[in-house]
Amino acid sequence: MKTSPQAILLVFVSSFLGSFGMVFLKAGAGRLERNLKSLLTNYWLMAGIATYVLSSVLYVIALKSGELSILYPMVSLGYIWALIWARIFFKEPLTPNKFVGLGMILIGIACIGAGSTH
Amino acid sequence: MPAPVAAQTESRSHHRSSVILVFCCTLIGATAQLLIKSGSAHTGKGGFVGTLLAILTHPPLLLGYFLYAVNTALMVLALRKGDLSMLYPIIALTFVWVTILSVMMFHDELNPYKVIGLIAIVSGVSVLGRGRKA
Repeated sequence: MKTSPQAILLVFVSSFLGSFGMVFLKAGAGRLERNLKSLLTNYWLMAGIATYVLSSVLYVIALKSGELSILYPMVSLGYIWALIWARIFFKEPLTPNKFVGLGMILIGIACIGAGSTH
Repeated sequence: MPAPVAAQTESRSHHRSSVILVFCCTLIGATAQLLIKSGSAHTGKGGFVGTLLAILTHPPLLLGYFLYAVNTALMVLALRKGDLSMLYPIIALTFVWVTILSVMMFHDELNPYKVIGLIAIVSGVSVLGRGRKA
C-alpha cells in the first residue's frame, strides 16, 4: 500500500487539531466548577471535545489509506505542537525532562511505525 | 527562592495524581481502540447513519466509544492540575498497550522494531513522569 499525499495531509491536520483540542480542554479544565450549569456553559470544554473528535475522525480516515510506518511518526507531531502551545498559552516551564522524555517517545513511535509495515 | 514546604508537597501530590489519571487514560484508550477494531467489521460502509446505527446496536463498539468519553473526562481532570506539555506525551503509552494486546489477541507479529519502540516509549514516559525539576 502506498501512502497518498492526502493521507499525510490528513494526519498532519489531525495532529494539529488534536494538540489544539488539548489546549481547549486544559483551558476548560481550569474553569471547572461543581455545578451542572457551569459545566454546560463551559465553551472551552465543548470546543475541546469537538476539536478532539474531529481530529480523531481525520486520523481514522487517514490510517485507512496509508502506511503506519509513515503516518504513526506524524501523529507524534501533535506532542511537539502541544509543547509549543503549552509554553505560549499556559507559560509552562520546558524542563530538560520534557525534551528528553518527548524525544524518546518520538523515537519509540517511529520504531513501532517502522515495525508495522505489512 | 525555595517554595514553602507545604506548597511543594501539594504540587508534588497533584503532579502524581495527574500522571496516574493519564496512565489510566492510556489503559482505557487502548481497550477502547481494540473494542472498536474488533467491531469494525460491523460498521461496513453504511455512511453516517449506518455507522451510527452500527455503533448503537453493537455492544463492543458502543462500549468502545463510551470508554473514549470516559477517557476524555479523565484527561480533563488530569489537565486541571498538571502540565499539558508533560501529560499529553504520556498518552503515547496507548501505543504500547495496543501493540502488546494486538500481539496477544489478534496474533500480530512482534518484531525487533516494535520491541525497541516499546522500550523507548516506556523509558520516555518514565523520564517525563519523574516530575518537574524546574
